Amino acid sequence: MITLSDYLILSAIVFCIGLAGIFINRTNIITLLMCVELMLAAVNTNFIAFSYFLGDYTGQIFVFFVLTVAAAEVAIGLGIVTLVYRNKGSINIDVTNSLRG
Amino acid sequence: MEFEQILFYVFSFWLIASSLAMVFSRNTAFSALFLILSFFSAASLWLLLEAEFLAITLILVYVGAVMVLFLFVIKMLDIESSTLRAKFTGYLPVGIGVAIVVIAEMSLVLGSSQFGLGKVANPIRHSSDYSNITELAMELYTTYVYQFELAAVLLLIAIIAAITLIHRIDPRTKKQSIAEQVNTKASDRVRLVSISSPNKEDKK
Repeated sequence: MITLSDYLILSAIVFCIGLAGIFINRTNIITLLMCVELMLAAVNTNFIAFSYFLGDYTGQIFVFFVLTVAAAEVAIGLGIVTLVYRNKGSINIDVTNSLRG
Repeated sequence: MEFEQILFYVFSFWLIASSLAMVFSRNTAFSALFLILSFFSAASLWLLLEAEFLAITLILVYVGAVMVLFLFVIKMLDIESSTLRAKFTGYLPVGIGVAIVVIAEMSLVLGSSQFGLGKVANPIRHSSDYSNITELAMELYTTYVYQFELAAVLLLIAIIAAITLIHRIDPRTKKQSIAEQVNTKASDRVRLVSISSPNKEDKK
């Protein structure tokens, strides 16, 4: 049988792939946004697994709200990416250093 | 091995493989397509967990709207050349090391001794007349109706924010100045001129 820990470990692996993607992908901002989406999908899998195994629908409701917030985040994030491209002519991470971070 | 277990491992394999391919792909458009594949695999796993509504929502909202938006931006910005030239920096070993350590720690915590079948039993599958969307709707429209409306307001704010960010004001745009319109008096617009009419005798 598939246990709860199988789902939890699977989503931990996917979450860490997204995390490592943010670390190692220094090419452009769009890839970073996609890595964040991947991490959110892993977290949602956690929520749904707990919801199924404990017989409580609150986890699925929470996933619903997470999906809503993620959609809003993507819309605004891509808007900011378009603005950066318009102002700097590129969306590489290297050009977005005007805050001297 | 049961059929369900085989399904789980197939979907997990594709989820992990496409996530890795997304992270290590140089071309951003390929990354987006691999992310679509991993969302599909995640949705299939959610179907195994009897979360049918959320699985369909993931495909409709993410693959249908969000990823199409990503692909639009990728095509619009023409970043192929700059992305293909870019190299992975020296963060690669550190990033992989951190990820492996985090996976090891989480596997220790989340292993079968804590969350195995002995601790959390496998629930019985629902019968075929079970409706996931009815159960969710009963919760969503009673207990969580206030949060549901807040989510709607949040989406509205996101729309307005995205449009405000992107919209460029063109100086040639014709627009209405409401304050000026309201403050206008009739004497500013209409000038009454008295015209001396010609005499009736002259017409005859």
